Amino acid sequence: MRYLTDRKRAEGKGAAHSGTEHHWYMIVSSVALAFLVPTFLFIFGRALGSGYESALATFESPFPAILAGLVIFVGLQHFHKGARVAIEDYAQGTTRKLLIMATVGLSYVLIAAGIFAIAKIAL
Amino acid sequence: MAEKTQVDRPLSPFMIGPYYRPQLTSISSILTRITGNALIVGVILMVWWFLALAAGPEYFETAEWWITSWVGNIVMFLSLWAVWYHYLAGLRHLIWDAGKGLELETAEKLGWICVYGSVVLTVITVLILWI
Repeated sequence: MRYLTDRKRAEGKGAAHSGTEHHWYMIVSSVALAFLVPTFLFIFGRALGSGYESALATFESPFPAILAGLVIFVGLQHFHKGARVAIEDYAQGTTRKLLIMATVGLSYVLIAAGIFAIAKIAL
Repeated sequence: MAEKTQVDRPLSPFMIGPYYRPQLTSISSILTRITGNALIVGVILMVWWFLALAAGPEYFETAEWWITSWVGNIVMFLSLWAVWYHYLAGLRHLIWDAGKGLELETAEKLGWICVYGSVVLTVITVLILWI
């Protein structure tokens, strides 16, 4: 016998089974990215096409390196959770599951590769 | 106790076209999704660029050549616009989530701000990066 009542189990969870957690994460990460992205665009844009030495010098400094790491991490978390909503809108069953797995996997690979690269450059 | 039953829930139908006349609000909303997903291309190129920078001068030459080639330039330029569009459209969502700006007139105005604003911000960014 379960001691939790149905109401207690359902409260705040809704059809998504996780309540509004997903939507709330999108809000939190979007506000974070709103602060991070403009500065990053200019730092990355200046480094791009400026040659090896200059690009290396830019991302050896702590601020650009930390900012780049944050943009890659928060940006890709925001990406795979956002892409998931689109997948759930138009795909069902196994296709849906595989597409979500592929998106999450790709995001984690890019996060790991990006942070590895930045750490190697900066340290 | 409530039994868990497997129900084939309906998918959201694609409304624009057969059911709804295309409007600024719907088109500017779907562009948010398109730009957000398309940005993965620019991000892949960017992570490749960082990996090449970490790997040394020869690798970096190859990556930078591709990314600053004319194809790469077009991809990066479109990505820049996509960032700004998604940025403004995201701010619009934050305003809507706060329960503000939902009147039709304001909502349409916000849509135009996303469209024109993203172009203006892209041009400004390119000009600043060029100088």
